[in-house]
Amino acid sequence: MREKRLQLIITFHTTAGAMAMDKLCRQSGLKGRLIPVPRQLSAGCGMAWCAPVEERHRLRDAVGAAGLNVDDYYEMMV
Amino acid sequence: MIYLDHAATSFHKPESVIHGVADAMRSMGNYGRGTHDQSLTAGRTVYETRALLADFFGYSRPDHVVFTANATEALNISIHGLFASGDHIITTDLEHNSVLRPLYQLEDLGVNLSFVPADQKGCINYLDFERLVQPETKAIICTHASNLTGNLLDIKRIGQMARKHGLLFLVDASQTAGTFPIHMQEMCLDVLCFTGHKGLLGPQGTGGLCIREGIKIRPWKVGGSGVLTYQRSQPEQYPEALEAGTLNGHGIAGLKAGIEYISNVGLDSIRKQELTLAKAFFEGVKSIEGVRVYGDFSTWERAPIVALNIGELDSSEVSDELARGYEIATRPGAHCAPRMHQALGTVEQGAVRFSFSHFNTMEEVLIAAEAVAEIARRKET
Repeated sequence: MREKRLQLIITFHTTAGAMAMDKLCRQSGLKGRLIPVPRQLSAGCGMAWCAPVEERHRLRDAVGAAGLNVDDYYEMMV
Repeated sequence: MIYLDHAATSFHKPESVIHGVADAMRSMGNYGRGTHDQSLTAGRTVYETRALLADFFGYSRPDHVVFTANATEALNISIHGLFASGDHIITTDLEHNSVLRPLYQLEDLGVNLSFVPADQKGCINYLDFERLVQPETKAIICTHASNLTGNLLDIKRIGQMARKHGLLFLVDASQTAGTFPIHMQEMCLDVLCFTGHKGLLGPQGTGGLCIREGIKIRPWKVGGSGVLTYQRSQPEQYPEALEAGTLNGHGIAGLKAGIEYISNVGLDSIRKQELTLAKAFFEGVKSIEGVRVYGDFSTWERAPIVALNIGELDSSEVSDELARGYEIATRPGAHCAPRMHQALGTVEQGAVRFSFSHFNTMEEVLIAAEAVAEIARRKET
């Protein structure tokens, strides 16, 4: 297994929400990727956005500007 | 074969649609079921299609575009998921059984129905909608265009009236999505039900509904959603709330290509070509002795459909003769539109429906008109 690192995890209520995030980040060149939701989180959607923690503000701003509906933000070892 | 049955399903599909399905079958996993490349390919394709459809129908919420197998399923989901015993619903004589039968099921459960009547040309009086409003009225449900006559309803006018009275407005766009502009917000639509395999040029097994924000439709099917696995009930948020089970991802990929094709060619250009063909056919058959054409042809703001009968000939016999003798595909019979046939007085005879695509040619249309003339002449001998 790969070594775990502290990461920013963004969760979503729906798969459509996760895919909207994927589209936004790919179009805007924002960092991160979709991963299966870590077991310790009980989010609605089975996918989460995983990105370096230093991207937190940039991603929050982008999510807010695009009006995306996200569930929550976490920092955890992934 | 000259295919003139596009109101049933569009036969000519753009090559990009065929390739879209084939490519998807080679590359896509299951939408929303994991984050491996194949699943994400499906996820991106499905989401892009939601976004395209939302944009296509003048709506800003891709997550409120729900995929179904066809318009019938979309209509059943909406009609069964919004109303309860004691409610009153207004609809019209123009409706297809995909609207009528779910409504009749509700009627058996205590929902009251009223019908805006159609006259012998299949036209309605818009003032009837307001006349039929009662304190218990919850919604107006109607088609955008009759699948039998092609008569178009002014859904913006009906939508504004519905909004004025605080009623929900549900539209069946089976005959118009991909041919006529539909703008949910400007037309005051609350739920738009569409099929993918007709004017949108996608594969059969695709369709859906667009739901205005704030409208809660109870799910009629529940099950796997890819989210909230340990919750006993179906997730409440759209689109997962109404999409239990694996989506038709391959079909949706084809639908995406269909919408992209329409956007490239231009909706107005497609409609203009289809109506030019329909008009040429109408002009070619309207004066043939013994031919009766049904519908309102005082305007060409209509779907590209021409339904007719030849004398008292059984419509099934005529359609079969067109297929066997002339290799022309049409649709006879009742077209799943019982009240429309009652209004037109064609319950016994049915009607032969010709419906046109921009892929048809003028030559095909003129051959079809001549075939009708020949059958009409032979009838006399």
